Amino acid sequence: MSTERITKKLTFKTFRFNAETDFLPYFKTYEMEVGKDELVLDILNRIKWEFDGSFSYRRSCRHGICGSCSIKVNGKPVLSCKQNVWELVEIFGTDTLLLEPQSKKRVVKDMIIDKKDFWDKHKAVKPWLEAEIDEHPEAEIRVSPEEAEALLEADYCIQCGNCYYACPAVEVNEEFFGPAQFAKAFRFNADVRDTAKRERLETVREMGPGIWDCVKCFECAEACPKDVDPIGKITKLHNQLFEEGLAQDNVATRHAVGFKHSIKKHGLLDEGELVRYSEGNIGVMKHLPEAIAMFKKGKIVMPWNMPKSKNLDEIKTLIKTSSKVKF
Amino acid sequence: MAELKYALYTGCTARESTPELLMSTMAVAKKLGIELILLDEASCCGASHLQDFDDFLSLVLNARNICYAEKQELPMLTICNTCQLNTVMTKERLDSDENLKSQVNEKLAEVGLEYKGTSSVRHFLYAIIDDYGLDKLAEQVVKPLNDFNVAAFYGCHNIRPSHIHHVHNAKVIEKDVGEGGGEQAFDTTELLARYNDNENPYNPTSLDRLIEALQGKSVDYESKNKCCGFHADLQSPKTANRLTGTALLDAIDNDADMMVTPCPLCHLNMDVKQHTVAKEMGRDISLPVLHLPQLIGLALGIDPKELGLKHNVAEVNFV
Repeated sequence: MSTERITKKLTFKTFRFNAETDFLPYFKTYEMEVGKDELVLDILNRIKWEFDGSFSYRRSCRHGICGSCSIKVNGKPVLSCKQNVWELVEIFGTDTLLLEPQSKKRVVKDMIIDKKDFWDKHKAVKPWLEAEIDEHPEAEIRVSPEEAEALLEADYCIQCGNCYYACPAVEVNEEFFGPAQFAKAFRFNADVRDTAKRERLETVREMGPGIWDCVKCFECAEACPKDVDPIGKITKLHNQLFEEGLAQDNVATRHAVGFKHSIKKHGLLDEGELVRYSEGNIGVMKHLPEAIAMFKKGKIVMPWNMPKSKNLDEIKTLIKTSSKVKF
Repeated sequence: MAELKYALYTGCTARESTPELLMSTMAVAKKLGIELILLDEASCCGASHLQDFDDFLSLVLNARNICYAEKQELPMLTICNTCQLNTVMTKERLDSDENLKSQVNEKLAEVGLEYKGTSSVRHFLYAIIDDYGLDKLAEQVVKPLNDFNVAAFYGCHNIRPSHIHHVHNAKVIEKDVGEGGGEQAFDTTELLARYNDNENPYNPTSLDRLIEALQGKSVDYESKNKCCGFHADLQSPKTANRLTGTALLDAIDNDADMMVTPCPLCHLNMDVKQHTVAKEMGRDISLPVLHLPQLIGLALGIDPKELGLKHNVAEVNFV
C-alpha cells in the first residue's frame, strides 16, 4: 500500500491589517501543499509558523467548542478548527481561497476582530438564568428530559459570532441585537426554572434593535457551526410575544396579524390592504410614490378585482378552528 | 423524456403586484410543452409573517395547499422563493413528526381533506434545470442573449436554509430512483449532485448556468446570494433599502445590463423601489430587473407582450 501523502497546491489570499501601524488593509498571498485532512486552523498555523510570525488570529480549544477561531473563507463563515480545506475547494470550485476576518470593519489585527458590540448586545438580553433559588437547597432542582428538549438546541451556542457577523441586518443596522443574542434570549425564556421571560421579551420586542427588524434571510441558520438555528428561535420569540400578550400594536405586529385577516377574507393576500393595515391610514402615505409607479404599470389590483381562493369556505373554517393565538 | 406536468401554486404576488410573473410562466411552460394545472384552491403561504403570529395556523393552511397538489397526484410547482420555503418547511415538519401531522390532519378533516405527504414541491427554476434540462433548453434558444451581461440574483429562500432543501431533495431523489435506491440514495454524492436545487448557498450556480444556456454572460458579483431585505420593508425600511441598494449597485458596478431573479418578492424590491433606494444610497440606480421566466421567454423568442414586460417598473429598454 502506498504511503505517499496526497496533497493539493492551494493559494491563500489573506487579509492583513494592523490597526496600530497600517493605514489601509492589504492582502498577502501564501502558496502551500495541503493534505485532504487539513483544517482551516492548520492553514492559519502554517502561515504563522512557516511564512510570517506576525500573522495573528484567535485560537484556543481546537475542538469546536470555544468559538475563538471563526473567520470567513470566500465569504463563508467557518469555525477554523472544524472546517476542512478540501471541502471548501470543492464548494467554491477554485484552488484560491480568500481568508478574511469575520468583520473587516472591526479588525484589530489580521484575523482578530473587536467583538465588543457582540458581547454588549449579548449582555443586554440577560443571557443568564434568573430564578428564586434557595441558597442552601435540600434537594436538587430537577429538569425533565421533555423540559430540556424545549430549549431546542439553543444551549449549544458557543458564541462564536458566525451568525452575528453574517447577519445582513447587523451589517446595516448597528442597533440590531443579532441572531446569537436572540437565540440566547430564547434559551433562557424556554428554561422552566427562569423567571425573567417577560423582561427579555420586553427587551427584544423593540423596533430597531429587536426581533422585528430581522430580514429573514436565514444567513444565521446557514452560518451556525452548531445547528442552533437562530432564526428558528427568532420566530419562537415572535410567537412568545403574542402568546404572552406582550406584542405591542405597531407596524410589525399588525403586519404579521394582517396576514390572518387577509387570508380569512380572500384566501390570498390583499397586498395593498395589508400595507394600509400595517402602516395605518397616515403611515401608508409614505408608500404613495411606489404605489403610483405600480399603478401606472398595472400592478395594483383594485378591491373590486381582488382575486379569491376557490373553496374559500374551507379556509375560513380552518382559520376559525385552528387559530390558537389572539391579538 | 416523460411529459412534464405540475400543479402550479402561484402564491399571491403573481396574482396581484407581479401579474407579469404568471403571464411569463404560463407562456414559457406552453412553449416548452410543460403542462401546468393551476391550484386555484390554494391560499397564501403566510410568507413567514403569519408564522410569527400563529405557527400552527400556517402549518394547517400550507398543508391544505399541498393536499390539493396531492389530489391531482402531481408535484407542486412554485414560482416564489418564499412560497417554496414555507411549503417545504411545512412538508418536512409534518413528514418528520407523526404527532404534528395528526394534529394538522385533525383540522383538515373538518373540511374533508387529508395531508398524506405524497407530492414533492419544486421551484420553477429547478424544474427547468433538473426536470426539463439545460441542454434541451439551450436547443430551444432562438434569440440568444449573447449581447447581455446578466446579473443573477438568487434570493434567500431557494438556497437557505440548505439542509431543509437538501432533505427534501434527498426524498425526491429516493422516490426517483425507486426502491432499489433506498438508503444508498441519501448518501450518494453523485446522485445528489444531479439535482441543482442541492446547491451550496455560498456558491449557488443554477441561475448562472441557466443564463449561460441562454447564451448570456453571467455577471460575477458578490451580492448574488445576498438578501434584498424584503421581509423588513415595512418595519425597517432603511435596512431593507440599503440591502436592496447594495445589491443593485454591486450588479451595476460589475457591468450588468440587467438583473434576473426567481423570486417575485426580490423583484418587487429590486424593480419597483429603485427610485427610493437611490435616495438612500446617494447614487442613481437604473437597471432592468427581469423575472426568471421573462428572461427565458425572451431567449425562446416569445412575444414580449406575452411576457408582460410592460408591467416592469424599471424600463426593459433593450427589447
